[in-house]
Amino acid sequence: MTRLSSRLHGLDFQQAVVYFGFLAIFLFFAITLYDDGFLTQRNLTNIVLQTAPATIMAIGLVFALSAGEIDLSFGSIVAVSALSCAVALQSFPLPVGVLVGLGVGVAIGAFNGVLVAYLKLPSFLVTLATMGLFAGIARSMTNLRSIPVMNETFTGIFGSGKLFSVPSLVIWTVLGVAAGHLLYRHTRFGAHVLATGDNPRAAQVSGIKVPRVRLYVLMICGGCAGLAGLLYAGRLQAAKYTLGESDLMTVIAAVIVGGTALNGGKGSVIGALLGSLLMGMLNNGLILMNLKVSDQMIVRGLIILIAVAVSLRDSSR
Amino acid sequence: MSGAEVLALNNIHKAFGGVVAIQDFSLNLKAGEVVALVGDNGAGKSTLIKIISGVYSPTSGDIELDGEKAGFRDASAAREMGIEVVYQDLALADQQPVYMNMFLGRELTKGPLNLLDKKRMRRETQELVDELDVRIPSASSTISNLSGGQRQGVAIARATHWASKLVLLDEPTAALGVAETARVEALIEQLKAKDLAILIISHSLDQVFRLSDRICVLRRGEQIGVRETAKTDKNEIVSMITGVA
Repeated sequence: MTRLSSRLHGLDFQQAVVYFGFLAIFLFFAITLYDDGFLTQRNLTNIVLQTAPATIMAIGLVFALSAGEIDLSFGSIVAVSALSCAVALQSFPLPVGVLVGLGVGVAIGAFNGVLVAYLKLPSFLVTLATMGLFAGIARSMTNLRSIPVMNETFTGIFGSGKLFSVPSLVIWTVLGVAAGHLLYRHTRFGAHVLATGDNPRAAQVSGIKVPRVRLYVLMICGGCAGLAGLLYAGRLQAAKYTLGESDLMTVIAAVIVGGTALNGGKGSVIGALLGSLLMGMLNNGLILMNLKVSDQMIVRGLIILIAVAVSLRDSSR
Repeated sequence: MSGAEVLALNNIHKAFGGVVAIQDFSLNLKAGEVVALVGDNGAGKSTLIKIISGVYSPTSGDIELDGEKAGFRDASAAREMGIEVVYQDLALADQQPVYMNMFLGRELTKGPLNLLDKKRMRRETQELVDELDVRIPSASSTISNLSGGQRQGVAIARATHWASKLVLLDEPTAALGVAETARVEALIEQLKAKDLAILIISHSLDQVFRLSDRICVLRRGEQIGVRETAKTDKNEIVSMITGVA
């Protein structure tokens, strides 16, 4: 009884918004687009498959934002990781390709992290710079060419495959969210991330190694972007410098709508999943509505604006 | 009052570059004793607290804990030795629940995966706040929903929970109202009853006379003197603080 009431008390408005928004937009599309096949199992599965890479990126970003940092470079990391993996797969077996893809992501995250944590540069500026830097590297790596991924085991595991008739991208989403949620909510590391973002001085005097936390969250961001790169490469059976390029806005919006505070100390991995699915639903519905691309962008921008305004209302003022 | 000697500061000297912050400071603290550190702004009170808690190391002089020389590398080393500080600005993480603050940096875990034992942290926090009569809605309340007095209560409860020897209080009631100040003072009395040594910085002489066993006066980094509270009065302390006889 008291447990329940304290649970309900803890479920605050900002975190509830994503659930209501999700439901509202789902119902809206379900009704208005019923004849266009929005509710078909195939379409709904498609939404989950298409959002899988964004969801994985969003999980990483929850950690960075919760620690009071931000990563703007994850889109570029996606491209560099996917390309590195695709190139490695041309001459090496699958495990090497996977390790290269993930390793490149974690390494770039560590590069960001060292600059932020130990040289004490603001993460916004560091990752703004590395976003450009690695976007350039992604372009020059293969001279703008796209690299095909022929390894069928790879495209199965990271793309079109199924396990017990569950699509692999769904499995990656579930595994990513479960692991992220566990780390975030149920480990000392997660608690230290939240404390660091909430009050770095309090964290410091409590013996938490604040710089190390900052390094790790940016490495997690890089690693998640690396995995997202593998998922793109698997699904599209090719890697290109454009992968991840357009995800920055969507992922940040998904995470904020999902109840993660921009200035740290508060967040939710489950919320980020819902936020990401919400963004995917929006894309899907707007296409089914036969809107022009320009109109889609306008409507999407407006809806994100409303969603972010509602979920951030009252948080600091 | 007759407890064992917990902390001894011998001829502590601290300079920042050429600026002398503390010169030749010596003080002993016994278990179950409250010593008040008073002095004007800039007298060196907070510097002294930071030296004892391991944030600064003294330029010369030594610190003895339980009769043994203690050289703290940093604040966590001092904490491991049983010294806790309640900071002026509280050092609480506002958006986290009370129980996570109580165990900040020292979270309890269970099982092979070392997952947080939230149940146990919540229970122990509840027991502690009940024991100390810190009136908060629950151990799961978020800090930002608490009043200033409740927050200070949480900060002091945390220090009590972890301190085995010494609690340093830096202006614990500076931001509080009358009723809340009374509650925090009652808490400090409880710490004393638990046989902890307590060093408190306060600007309120009324409070100093209510709580302390001895009063130590600092003026511009210089130790002016130590008086037994029962054998002195406000006039003497004020003139020691200001240097005006």
